[in-house]
Amino acid sequence: MLLKIEDLHASIHGKEILKGFNIEVNRGEVHAIMGPNGTGKSTLASVIAGKEVFDVTQGSITYKGKNLLKLSIEDRAREGVFIGFQYPVEIPGVSISNFMRTALNEIRQYRGQEPLTAAQFLRMMEEKKKVVELTEKLSDRSVNEGFSGGEKKKNEIFQMAMLEPELAILDETDSGLDIDALRVVANGVNKLRTPENATIVITHYQRLLDYIVPDKVHVLYDGKIVKSGTKELAFELEEKGYDWIKKEYEQGKL
Amino acid sequence: MIPFTQFIVDAFDKNAPHLPGSENSYISALRKKAIDVFAERGFPSKKMETWRHRPMDQHVAEKYAFQFAPDSFIPVEKIFKCKIDNIGTNTFALLNGWYSYQHSPLTIFPNGMIVGSLLAAFEQFPELVKTHLAQTDLQKTDPLVAMNQALFTDGLFIYVPENIHVEQPIQMINLATSKEQLLIQSRNLIVLDKNASLSLIHCNDSVHDGKSFTNNVTEVSLNENATMNYYKMENKDPDSLLIDHVIVDEKSHATFLSNATTFNAGYVRNMLTVNLNEPFADAKLYGLYLVDKKQYVDNQVSVNHNATDCTSKQLYKGVVDDEAVANFNGHILVAQDAQRTTAFQTNRNITLTDEARIMTKPFLEIYADDVQCSHGATVGQLNDDALFYLRSRGICERNARVLLLYAFANEIVDYIEIESLRHRLTDMVKKRISGELTHCDQCVLHCSDPKEIIFNIDVSKI
Repeated sequence: MLLKIEDLHASIHGKEILKGFNIEVNRGEVHAIMGPNGTGKSTLASVIAGKEVFDVTQGSITYKGKNLLKLSIEDRAREGVFIGFQYPVEIPGVSISNFMRTALNEIRQYRGQEPLTAAQFLRMMEEKKKVVELTEKLSDRSVNEGFSGGEKKKNEIFQMAMLEPELAILDETDSGLDIDALRVVANGVNKLRTPENATIVITHYQRLLDYIVPDKVHVLYDGKIVKSGTKELAFELEEKGYDWIKKEYEQGKL
Repeated sequence: MIPFTQFIVDAFDKNAPHLPGSENSYISALRKKAIDVFAERGFPSKKMETWRHRPMDQHVAEKYAFQFAPDSFIPVEKIFKCKIDNIGTNTFALLNGWYSYQHSPLTIFPNGMIVGSLLAAFEQFPELVKTHLAQTDLQKTDPLVAMNQALFTDGLFIYVPENIHVEQPIQMINLATSKEQLLIQSRNLIVLDKNASLSLIHCNDSVHDGKSFTNNVTEVSLNENATMNYYKMENKDPDSLLIDHVIVDEKSHATFLSNATTFNAGYVRNMLTVNLNEPFADAKLYGLYLVDKKQYVDNQVSVNHNATDCTSKQLYKGVVDDEAVANFNGHILVAQDAQRTTAFQTNRNITLTDEARIMTKPFLEIYADDVQCSHGATVGQLNDDALFYLRSRGICERNARVLLLYAFANEIVDYIEIESLRHRLTDMVKKRISGELTHCDQCVLHCSDPKEIIFNIDVSKI
């Protein structure tokens, strides 16, 4: 098993957001986590990434048999965890190529690998740009600065392609994308799928799942998963809306 | 009168008959006028607005020695090995306030350019020097400009004739080497005639200047359509006291670009005044200061739009660590008939500790009605979201900080147009920010250490 989250409780400024979250993810799988706004989807991504503003008050996250919560932010990334952020930060003055080369070489060092030469790095970057159909020169562009919503999300998937994570968590990667950008981003994610890695797609809409077909779909409500199923569950949600889940949850049927 | 004012006035009275250039009545008259202004204004104290944050009178010693004659010639390379590779500058040095030369105090180049001692230039080309020397109003108001004018020793003189583009940058090295506690006051004059252009690299470095006090004035006069790129680098001892005035007068269509970096300081105050006196004159003023420990750096920038259609831009950035203090005072004055003025000013600062302090004061005084002006000042810390983002990709916290600080600071260095100088400064910014620059024998900083310093990360552009 790649990832196992058990009874996870997390809060921010004393307010509990996750209230007993459980999931098990194996290599080669794609999971979708769906749910209405404000139920804890982004909190989950932030807690896995290691954002310090969240307090984990109970439960565990086991990743490749290790206690993920004990790892620093950077060590989680070096162990192969990648978060595609909903709102990637703009960093003026830091070029994308500089950023990626620094990141990649630190990850390689952590894993006891030799750093890439400039030529190897450049070759890799050219190859990975194709994953999300990037054509421009990235050495001239600062990280996310002046990017459109679509460009920011493409850049997230480009970084994912560069870092080759074992576990990728994509937080609302479809938000703010037009249909063409959505297709490019989703195709990028599909190209990066292997039997060795796993992806968790956090989304609000079923639309993305037409492109990235999940093995399992979970519904997150009130800080925990209240319903799990196959991809058909996503269609059912699209049809009936989240009110259906809310009602059943409040009636104690879930 | 505070004691230091009295000390200077006494020194003038005692030395007036044998001050440098005293055989010349014109210079003697300039000095006399200036000492009267100085005596009346007094040495800067807390009561003067631009001095109130860190008044000088608490930093100067009770008395200083004066050196009213040059040292015997020492090749600058002997004492100062800081060289920038491949830059190929024409280097001239001032030693303890005196133009340092072996054969002739003035060099006249085949293209007509004159470089050398100001005093020698005054003897050989009195009309040329008189037209441009001490033409600023500041000597009537600023006590330290007046103090310099009353007691200056010598300085560098540069004249570039009409239509001459000087390809090779000139490097002026200001060195203080005396073991004595010296008051060093050099006076430099740079004159570019119509359509002339020049790049000047001005290095204010200390070798062993102990507790000397340097108060330099550089006057720049740009005739029509002249272009000057001025790069100033300051790497001073922690004990040093440096006041560096640059006063620029521009005629129509002249362009002045200034890029001043302070990487190490004791007490450094840069006073930059630019007078845009005729239409379509332009000034671009950049500055970067990276200070730590108990250093103090002060940038007083003043741009006077005295004519229509002139443009100016100020961008100063600073990183202040430990208990260091930085001050920025940016003044833009737009005169009543200076219509269609464009003037921008920005000052951005990052403090790295709770003890580091920044004072920033944008000050716009606008009397014309058809103008485009803006100002902005920020003081902040590193962006936590950006730090988190970098770390979430596997970059350790220290390197993430270095990347962000480097990106912040290097924006200023990127405006340097001389490629080899830009590379050297980029490298110095990296080293400074990674905490790798320390004292060396040559100057305060390790800039030309042949030993490659290894970084954990390679932040060079790919």
